[in-house]
Amino acid sequence: MIRVVLPAHLRQLAHCDREIQVQSAATQRAVLDALELRYPALHGTLRDPGTGQRRAFVRFFACEEDLSNESPDTPLPAAVAEGKEPLLVVGAMAGG
Amino acid sequence: MSGVRVLVGSRKGAFILSSDERRQAWDVSGPHFAGWEVYHLAGSPVDPDRLYASQSTSWFGQVIQRSDDAGQTWETMSNDFNYAGVPGTHQWYDGTPHPWEFARVWHLEPSLTDRETVYAGVEDAALFRSTDGAASWQEVRGLREQDSGSQWQPGAGGMCLHTIMLDPQHSDRIVVAISAAGVFRTDDGGTSWHPINKGLLSNGIPSPAAEVGHCVHKLAMHPSRPETLYMQKHWDVMRSDDGGDSWVEVSGNLPTDFGFPIGVHAHEPETVYVVPITSDSHHFPPDGKLRVYRSRTGGVDWEALTNGLPQEHCYVNVLRDALAVDSLPDCGIYFGTTGGQVYASTDSGDSWAPIVRDLPAVLSVEVQTLS
Repeated sequence: MIRVVLPAHLRQLAHCDREIQVQSAATQRAVLDALELRYPALHGTLRDPGTGQRRAFVRFFACEEDLSNESPDTPLPAAVAEGKEPLLVVGAMAGG
Repeated sequence: MSGVRVLVGSRKGAFILSSDERRQAWDVSGPHFAGWEVYHLAGSPVDPDRLYASQSTSWFGQVIQRSDDAGQTWETMSNDFNYAGVPGTHQWYDGTPHPWEFARVWHLEPSLTDRETVYAGVEDAALFRSTDGAASWQEVRGLREQDSGSQWQPGAGGMCLHTIMLDPQHSDRIVVAISAAGVFRTDDGGTSWHPINKGLLSNGIPSPAAEVGHCVHKLAMHPSRPETLYMQKHWDVMRSDDGGDSWVEVSGNLPTDFGFPIGVHAHEPETVYVVPITSDSHHFPPDGKLRVYRSRTGGVDWEALTNGLPQEHCYVNVLRDALAVDSLPDCGIYFGTTGGQVYASTDSGDSWAPIVRDLPAVLSVEVQTLS
């Protein structure tokens, strides 16, 4: 199981806890696909529904690394794949 | 017993203000979707408990919500707004071609006759229609694909389709307005569209012959007289008596003819309301006095309505979708400000009182009259 931590706005939308678990392969794309399947309300909120690209102000972190600009098919860190560390979905600090 | 439900969209959530027909004591519900921008909420005329909300942030994009119990609970609906075909380009601010990119839903307009049909006006400007209660959306592509689409340019707030008027007497007629392209009309249910901007001109901008390039801020219409349209343009208050085929200026004695919203009295088709704003660089009322102006003559002659409104040190704005009327016998008028106040008048504008004072900046106000 992959552990995922969502920001408050998305927890409110999905009516879920801060940390959730999804059954998926350990890549960004697979985790986000599984997340949207389980919580359809999140469709289009992390990735543009037309292009599939990560939204500009959405960032992904794990194991103290910024994974936002990694390929969506790059394997996530082993600690995430093993469920020892969560994948953090973060709304970027923006707006001044 | 009849009553009123005021649907308020704000920078940080939605609020629902409810009262009986006396409109003296208000129940305030919200914030719904706390922390999200809610550009617009609207209720179905067929089923008033069916509400739609446009919820968005720059972080997480567009979300559409639907309620079937008057806002007590909400369900997330489709946010797939895909332009039909290959969308091509419109003009950017500098006149260069720019690809069509969906940004957000500005306005929702439920059908007058079908509970499951609702229209959405979006940025970049296009009209979408759902016939399944927002479970899916299809673009009304004839609008964007008519001849002038590639020449449309955004206004300062983006290239938004902000006004959708469904003609209650001619079911195939729809009028929409786009900043800063202008007004467009279909008479065949959305298949074909044409610009209706003759007579719109402000100090030589754009050229008198320009079919598009007009910064229309808002339109209003009385349901009993759909041929008569009122417009608050960037500058100028305008009127058409031929369904938009031609326009004349009716700014008359307004202290400034810049502004955003415009509304029509529920029972008097010649009684019109605007909120003059100083200018496009000074988005606040002239002299720090918040004044609604009313014309009982369809324009030209205007009177200031000030009773109960702040008459000093007031520097809020009233945005284009933030004024609405109820249809109770003495016609309530409502508007929201960027300072978070929602004001109500229960006597057609003669006097005003705030329903709430400290909401986030108000983006939109809609009113449902309940029987």
